[in-house]
Parts: sequence; structure tokens; C-alpha cells
Amino acid sequence: MQEILQYLFSGITSGAIYAVIALGFSMLYNSTDLINFAHGEFVMLGGLTLVTLWAGLGLPLVVALLLSVVAVAVVGAAFQRLAIATVKNPHPIVLVIITVGTSILLRGVAMVVWGKDSHSVPFFSNHAPIDIAGAKLLPQSLWIFAIAAVIIVALQFFFKATLTGKAMEACAVSRRAAWLTGIPTGRMNLLAFIISTGSGAVAGAIIAPITMCSYDMGTMLGLKGFCAAMLGGLGSLWGALAGGFLLGILEAAGVGLFSSGYKDAIAFVLLLLILYVKPSGLLGSAKVQRF
Amino acid sequence: MKRKPCLKWNPRGMWTVVLLAVLIAAPALAADVYRIGGLFSVTGPASFLGDPEKRSLEMAVAEINADGGIDGKMLEAVIYDTEGDPQKAVSGINKLINKDKVLAIIGPSTTPATLAVKNFAERARIPLISCAAGIAITEPVTPWTFKTAQNDALAVASVYAHMKNRGVEKIGLLTVADAFGESGKQQLEQQVGNYGLRIVAVESFGGKDTDMTAQLTKIRAAGPDAIVCWGTNPGPAVVAKNIRQLQIDVPLYQSHGVASPKFIELAGEAAEGICLPTGKILVAGLLPVDDPQKEMLNDYILRYTETQKMPVSGFGGYAWDAMHLLAEAMQGAGGDRNKIRDNLEKIDHFPAVSGVFRFSPDDHNGLGPEAFVMVRIEGGIWSLER
Repeated sequence: MQEILQYLFSGITSGAIYAVIALGFSMLYNSTDLINFAHGEFVMLGGLTLVTLWAGLGLPLVVALLLSVVAVAVVGAAFQRLAIATVKNPHPIVLVIITVGTSILLRGVAMVVWGKDSHSVPFFSNHAPIDIAGAKLLPQSLWIFAIAAVIIVALQFFFKATLTGKAMEACAVSRRAAWLTGIPTGRMNLLAFIISTGSGAVAGAIIAPITMCSYDMGTMLGLKGFCAAMLGGLGSLWGALAGGFLLGILEAAGVGLFSSGYKDAIAFVLLLLILYVKPSGLLGSAKVQRF
Repeated sequence: MKRKPCLKWNPRGMWTVVLLAVLIAAPALAADVYRIGGLFSVTGPASFLGDPEKRSLEMAVAEINADGGIDGKMLEAVIYDTEGDPQKAVSGINKLINKDKVLAIIGPSTTPATLAVKNFAERARIPLISCAAGIAITEPVTPWTFKTAQNDALAVASVYAHMKNRGVEKIGLLTVADAFGESGKQQLEQQVGNYGLRIVAVESFGGKDTDMTAQLTKIRAAGPDAIVCWGTNPGPAVVAKNIRQLQIDVPLYQSHGVASPKFIELAGEAAEGICLPTGKILVAGLLPVDDPQKEMLNDYILRYTETQKMPVSGFGGYAWDAMHLLAEAMQGAGGDRNKIRDNLEKIDHFPAVSGVFRFSPDDHNGLGPEAFVMVRIEGGIWSLER
């Protein structure tokens, strides 16, 4: 029993990480109809910027956290302006390949700036692990849950209750129709990139104390986040959250109940099964576009 | 005496670094140099091996040339970056053999890359001195392949001997799912009987995994007296942190794969009390004065820190040793590869950075268990275990 609970805690800790990353994917898809395969690299940038600002320059945690999110969002905005908005014929495949290229570029730049070694930062708060029926929960996991919750509530509010959010969603439904009604689609696109990459940076920053940060961490995290988003249904915020937790818990249960050698295999086979039975993902809308 | 660095561009677009130290007083013709090939993972995930190895090889070449070269001829190193990729290593060794026509090759840095290129060296009858740890490189012995890195088997033997002295009976294994972890796991499982130990749990983790608490929970349930983690950074540091987090109160042993100050930096407080096997370079200052390697180690560390302006790494010594062993074998060989190979096998007592080498026709690694020492991390620094 104690073991099962511990697997659950391990699962929801990595699950929360995947969920925050999946949110970035889903949110951007929701507003621009684009899958940003460089998203994992923005997560990496967030983590490494926090390493520099907090551990390196010794800024207070809150300031360092905010500054890293702002810095990464600026990079995200530059990415949208320079690489995405300038494309004359924005066919989805062209844009996806641009994001893949950007991810390679960002990884290379990070390798030059931060070096090839891993970096580590202390936990946000220095409490002992919390003991629940013999299973241990790390205080940093609570930080991750709390920040993930804040992000999703804020995004939900933004999309459902503000005019800007609704305008952004309209751009995804039909860019042309949105433009005809007077929505500045270009600026909406930019804003979507800023929010998405900013949330990626938050993910990178909050997981930095648990995992180690290195220039090549983004690929794996991006892939897991993408899977979580697909699992939950691309474009659905709650789906991203559910998909992330499900993936994390499946992984941990796979290790505990079967073998750690098959950890990723178990999670991905289940992902394939779910997508086979319900192609739009758990909470996705029925008509999903495939390209 | 003046050195002239010369940069050569490869038309294929891959960069090549050629370090050429030439005496101006007697300008050397191209035919008057001995060319040595280098294959290192200078960039990529195994750059922590390849980068210091490349620097060390360049240092060793510069040192030998400053002392007048070998039999009056200068050395020239041609180094290619394998990026830790066996395929790139194969294209690198083909260039070294066919285009650069080198006399001998040092590297590659990793076991998969070495196994990929080994047959090319054998077929071309060129001495290859690998800097990788895998036991499969020199066992079974093939005529032209040597290596300077200590075998994983020796590291495992050191760990098990240490455990036995401390009354450990049951152990749990946690290895990384790559070539290094698999080779370690194989050795750990093979030798366990020789020390009267019993493996109660075997788990693995991915090289980029962010959380190993699930694996550790499973291991804890099996009730081991000690846990052995076999991997390279950053995974083992996450394992160390997770063990603290789960408050598992059994000793943790790590492999020589994390024997660098970087591990202590990454694991922070969680590194305290961890035992691991390492080559002597990490604890050169703590060695007794009568240690046969002490002089060589101090010399290497001093040169490395002075010329490279960075702290010494535990891995560059493999290339440094390889170059010095090769230089020893090249004396009087007149550039004949057969003679160089025969001379390498005759090296009987050669104290170097990684150990005291004793090659023979049956042993192309030439190191014994004394090449490793056990260290414990105490107060953020290494302390020597007896």
C-alpha cells in the first residue's frame, strides 16, 4: 500500500511537469493552429535562465523567476516575429519544420552560453519531505502543483472571460473571418507565442530543482509534453492537464508494477491505444484536424 | 624555439584541427613528422570525456615535441570529433587511415564508438589505443587494439570488495539504460557470486529521466543493505537526491562514471556519504608518497591546470597515457607499425595517470585492481577509503 501511494506521488510529480508543458502546446494550438516543436527548448531556456539568475547572480527567487519568464517570452516573441510571421505561405508543414529548426538553433545557442554540463539549483523552500502514510511527497512537488494550478486557472479565465482571449480563439477557428471582423490577427498570434513560451519557461523554472538543467533537456520534455497534450486532446486546456497527470502516473505505475526497463514503452503503448480508440484525445473536440 | 600553429580546412565541411609544432631552426618537411590520429567525442552528450581527452592529447604532443620529438621526428596530431556517434567515428577513422595516413590512432572516447571502429583498425593494421572503459574492447584480445581506460570489471570489483568489508549481504541495482549502464549491470551481475553478495532488485532509468523515486521505492521494498547506482551525470545525481527525499537509510554506491566534482555540485547535500570507485587522479593529493603514480599524476595535473586554465578532469588522462605509451613504443621503431605494436605489448612497467600499465600479448588493457581506489564524499570533498 505504501509503495502504491509512493508510485502515485512519483507519478503526479512528473505528471504535473508534463501537464504544464502540455498546456503550452495546447494553448498555442488553440490560438494559432500550430504545433511548436521548439516548445521543449523554451522549457530548457526557462530552467537555465533561472539557474543563471537565481543560483548565479543571487537574485531573490521571485525576481529571478519573473525575470526568467519575461526573458524567455521575449525570445518567444522574437521567434514569432522573425521566423513565423515572415513566412509568405504559412502552410502548417512549413511552420512545423520551422519550429523544428528553431529547436535545433536554440539548443545550439544554449550549449554555447551554458556549456555542456548539467546545472542544479536548490529547492524553492527548504522543508523536509512530507510523510503521508509512509510515502514521501517533496515540497517542490507542491510548488509545481500550485503554480500549474495558477497557470491553468489564469489561462481558462483569459480564454473564457476576456475579449482578447475570445479574439485569440477566434483566430484559431478562422483566421480570415477573425481578420474580417477587425481582430488584429498578427498581434494575437504574437501574444499567443508570448503566453505559450512564457508558460514553458515557468515549467522549466519550477522543475529545475527536481531535475538537473542542461542544454539538451528540452527534447525529451517537449516530447513527453506533446504526448500529454495529444493524450488529453490537443487544444483542450483541461485535457492537457489530464493527459499530463495520466502520462506521469502511467510511467510510475509501469515502473512499480512491471519493470523500469519498459517504463516509456508502457506509457506510449497506452497512448497509442487511447488515440486508436478516441483519436481526438480524452477531452478533445470530436472534429480534430490532422495534417 | 617557436611553435607555428597551422589550421587546415576539410573540404567536406567537417572541421579539422591540426596542431603542428615545428622548430623554426630546422623546418620539418611533411615526411619528417609522425602523424597520430585522434577520435574524440569533443561535442555531444559524451563531451565530458572527449573534450579533456582532446586537450590532453594536444598537451602530450606539444610536450613530446618540445623535448625533441621521437627519434628526432616531430609529432603531429590529426583529431576528428565523433560527437559520441559511432557512425561519425567510422567516417573519422576512414579519413585517418586513407586520407591522413596516420601511424597510430588514439580514441574513440566511448565504448560503442570504439567497437564500431575496431575492425577498421584491425584490417588496416594500425595500432588503436581506445580511451573507453568497456571490457569488450580488449576481451577477447585482438592484435591491433589496446586501451588505457580502466575496465568496468575493475570498478565493480572495487565496489564489491568495499561492501564485503562492511558486511553488506543484499544489494539493489539501479543502472542507466545506455551502453555504460548495461556494461556495468552485466559486470555487477557476473561478479556478485565471487563476493558472497546477493542481488535483490534490479532496476533501470533513462539517461534524461527527471525522477527515479518509483524505481527506488521498488528497490526499498526488496530490503537491500546497499544500493548501487551505475550511470553518468545527471541521472545519478537525481538518484542521490531521490534517496534523500524518500529517506532510504542504506549506503549508496555510485560508479566511476560520476567521479568528478560536477557530481558533488549537482547532488549538493545529497552527495554526502556516497562511496564510489575512481582512478587515482581525483585524490592525487591524498595518495601516500610511495604511490608509483603520484609523480606522474602531479605532473599531469599541474600541466593541465596551467595550460588549459581549468580544473583537471578525471578522463583526459586516458588520452595522455595513450600518447605517452605510444611514444614509448615508437622509440626506435622507425615508423614501422608492426614494430610499434610489438613494442606496445612489451611495455612491462609504465606508471601513468590511469594506473601502472603492464601490457602483454594476452592483456591489452594492462591495468590491475590497484588502478582504482574507493573514495567517500565527506563535507563536499573526496576522502580516501581503505
